[in-house]
Amino acid sequence: MAQRIDVKDLNIYYGDFLAVQDVSMTVEPQSVTAFIGPSGCGKSTFLRTLNRMHEVIPGARVEGSVELEGVDLYGSDIDPVAVRRNVGMVFQRPNPFPTMSIRDNVLAGVKLNNKRISKAEADDLVESSLHGANLWNEVKDRLEKPGSGLSGGQQQRLCIARAIAVKPQVLLMDEPCSALDPISTIAIEDLIGELKSEYTIVIVTHNMQQAARVSDRTAFFNIAGTGKPGKLIEMDETSTIFSAPAQKSTEDYVSGRFG
Amino acid sequence: MTITDSPPRAGVRPVRRRRSSDRGFNRAFRWISHGAGITILVVLAAVALFLLWQAWPAITAGGEQLATSVPRFPADTSLLAYVGPLVFGTLLAAVLALCLAVPVAIGIALFISHYAPRRLAQLLGYLVDLLAAIPSVVYGLWGFLVLAPVLTPFWLWLNENLSWVPLYGGQASTTGRAMATVGVVLAVMILPIITAVSREVFLQTPKLHEEAALALGATRWEVVRTAVLPFGRSGVISAAMLGLGRALGETMAVLMILSPGFSYSLDILAAGQHQTIAAYIAADFPESTGLGINTLIATGLALFVITLAVNMTARWIVSRRKEFSGAN
Amino acid sequence: MSAVTGTNATDSSARTRALLTAADPGRRRTDRIMQGLIWFAFAIAMVPLAWLLWTVTVEGVGRMSIDFLSLSMRNIFGGDPGGGIYHAVMGTLIITGIAALISVPVGILTAIYLVEYGKGWLARSVTFFVDVMTGIPSIVAGLFAFSLFALFLGPSVRMGIVGAVALSVLMIPVVVRSCEEMLKLVPNELREAAYALGVPKWLTIVKVVLRTSVAGLTTGVLLAVARVIGETAPLLVTVGVTDSINLNPFEGRMMTLPVFTYRQYQQGYAPCPAGESATCVADIAFQNAWGAALVLIVIVLTLNLLGRLVNRWFSPKLR
Ligand SMILES: Nc1ncnc2c1ncn2[C@@H]1O[C@H](COP(=O)(O)OP(=O)(O)OP(=O)(O)O)[C@@H](O)[C@H]1O
Ligand SMILES: [Mg+2]
Repeated sequence: MAQRIDVKDLNIYYGDFLAVQDVSMTVEPQSVTAFIGPSGCGKSTFLRTLNRMHEVIPGARVEGSVELEGVDLYGSDIDPVAVRRNVGMVFQRPNPFPTMSIRDNVLAGVKLNNKRISKAEADDLVESSLHGANLWNEVKDRLEKPGSGLSGGQQQRLCIARAIAVKPQVLLMDEPCSALDPISTIAIEDLIGELKSEYTIVIVTHNMQQAARVSDRTAFFNIAGTGKPGKLIEMDETSTIFSAPAQKSTEDYVSGRFG
Repeated sequence: MTITDSPPRAGVRPVRRRRSSDRGFNRAFRWISHGAGITILVVLAAVALFLLWQAWPAITAGGEQLATSVPRFPADTSLLAYVGPLVFGTLLAAVLALCLAVPVAIGIALFISHYAPRRLAQLLGYLVDLLAAIPSVVYGLWGFLVLAPVLTPFWLWLNENLSWVPLYGGQASTTGRAMATVGVVLAVMILPIITAVSREVFLQTPKLHEEAALALGATRWEVVRTAVLPFGRSGVISAAMLGLGRALGETMAVLMILSPGFSYSLDILAAGQHQTIAAYIAADFPESTGLGINTLIATGLALFVITLAVNMTARWIVSRRKEFSGAN
Repeated sequence: MSAVTGTNATDSSARTRALLTAADPGRRRTDRIMQGLIWFAFAIAMVPLAWLLWTVTVEGVGRMSIDFLSLSMRNIFGGDPGGGIYHAVMGTLIITGIAALISVPVGILTAIYLVEYGKGWLARSVTFFVDVMTGIPSIVAGLFAFSLFALFLGPSVRMGIVGAVALSVLMIPVVVRSCEEMLKLVPNELREAAYALGVPKWLTIVKVVLRTSVAGLTTGVLLAVARVIGETAPLLVTVGVTDSINLNPFEGRMMTLPVFTYRQYQQGYAPCPAGESATCVADIAFQNAWGAALVLIVIVLTLNLLGRLVNRWFSPKLR
């Protein structure tokens, strides 16, 4: 089940350093939301607050609220481990566990929760997750081989399969294609298009064409200068952002005049 | 911050002529430092050769000849049968220490690398390293006078209630001067080396993999189990081997705590059953002469070969691991 | 319409809350238990450290006096509470000093070789065997030094220098390892900058590399000295024991602190006729042992601390 995210007045800190200031936004369910903006403006930082990965960095903290279907993720009764299970994440560099086989990689998250999964169930789950990540046909003959033996694009899709195997509500992707070649990038983009019927997807990208191709809505972040906090400049339908943005700086950025 | 930033030096003598004396110095310096490196190899070879040289008379002498000139040499045996129980005792002590130390060391290493407050971690690491700085003779004194009496009731209890466990059988020592106490002290002594090496590999776990596990909804322990431990496994194995090497060669703690004996018994709570090679040499060397010394050196040679094998295996595992991670 | 979406929203919001709070209690518990065990492992390691330091201090401090530090054990027998460790302290300083004199040049030069010149099989085998040498049991080092000298001077040889050679075998690999690490910390730009000015390689090494890393090298040497100064077994077989002061490492037996500690332990309790407590202390040998152990530990810990502080205070900030 896809779910919506409401962010209200979020300030994000690394120790004393305010990295992102005063962000409020809504991420719609069953859609793809893209974050764009110049390097260092806090896109990754913001993304990581959506599944409480931010707080594993020593000294890092947030102010404000992030609500998933109206439930504050930072509420006192909320378990961060459960949050991360329900809000999955795919990273910039593919990171399959090097000591595990492809099959075990897909099952890694599931096995944490349910140690007694039967072999048949596990096989089904592996197959459906790898199908979901458009990887099944490429790896079905070598499920017991280590995941690090795959190509970069395949590894990234393996990571997506691993993330969707735990059946999250939301999928966060931080520049998932930046380490990949154009063909693998297309494969991942197609996959994102298919996944959005089931998940709420948020993707960070530096590639304007990619944002325009895959996303329904786009948020533009910017930073006034080094040491200053990043801010959400505007958020709108992707077509609007790329054709008629409200802010001058957004227009400059998407048209390639800076950043 | 480099020299190029400081302008005047470059200005004074823009290009310095290479004088012939420089070339001479260059060559001399190179040869000296090469020589130092070669010295290391020569020393190691010399250790092996001289030990073999001095051990040779004992190795070639017959059993009767040894029996007449070496104190405590049992009649009608060969050198091998004589060294056998010592090798057994050495291995028993080392393995015991290793079994006690490895789980704790892994725990400490994880504590310092992943659990301790970040600011304290380095200081706590030093504290553990201090355990390695304490001289072994002090461990021996402490083990004999302080620890053994404290452990004795516990050993007696084990002996009484769990004597069906093979290790806890036999007649338990009432002074604590048994292999079990030695094992505990040796474990403390090898903790720092195992901890230090494991800590290094745990710290090298790629952030990427830890975050992958976190993002799947893993608890901290599950992150350790899925990302950190598999990554560090070979490192921990070689750390354990290094610890084993230390425990095999440890002399004073064993010498001062253990009441010696020469059997193949597994009863670690009993006194007068075991002796290790190193402690045996240290105990008998001052009073030995002639063939007796040769015999002791022969047992020392056996110890050298065992530790050499263990250490080389450990280093080999480490270097193989380096090649692997370099490929990625 | 709005009412319908309203109930839907609270519905799914309740479901989500259930999802986000439903932490599996079993996993939670495992996590807690493992965290507890890991903290416990650390605590367990601290117990012997604190206990040992405490015991040595408490037991050893009673014996501390000017006499104890400035007298030898000559003509001290049985339970006589006189005498001291002067001969042992001097022996330790002399023997360790000679060992350092042998090991430091060889060790630092080897480290220089490995970092600045080392290539090919020779460097690889030196690295490998330095590691292997770290694992030589100390008693074997003692036997080696004995064998070496016995070849020329006969099997009854017991001299300070033999012990120093034995300690060097143990010390060289430690010096090489730590100095190698320190030299590797010197950034390559520094070397290249020097070469660019036409400074020959040997001068670059002496004036740039060594000068930048001198604090680190000092640390390495201090830690290596601390490591061997407490060695007992090799000295027991090479230097022997004596109760008198002997400051000549090339002749005769010498006493050292660790061996003194062992020796006193070996003497055990003295037989004291009752009522003569002022001149005969039954456990004087153990008291002496603790006293020597305390002095030894103070030396070792001071060297360790000094080593760390030198590195922290004097090393140039390279990054
Ligand atoms: N672990 C950290 N500790 C302290 N500051 C950090 C940390 N990670 C990021 N920052 C700071 O937070 C700010 C935002 O960084 P962030 O990585 O979120 O930017 P980004 O928009 O994702 O950039 P990019 O497009 O390059 O990935 C930067 O100023 C960065 O220096
Ligand atoms: Mg980023």
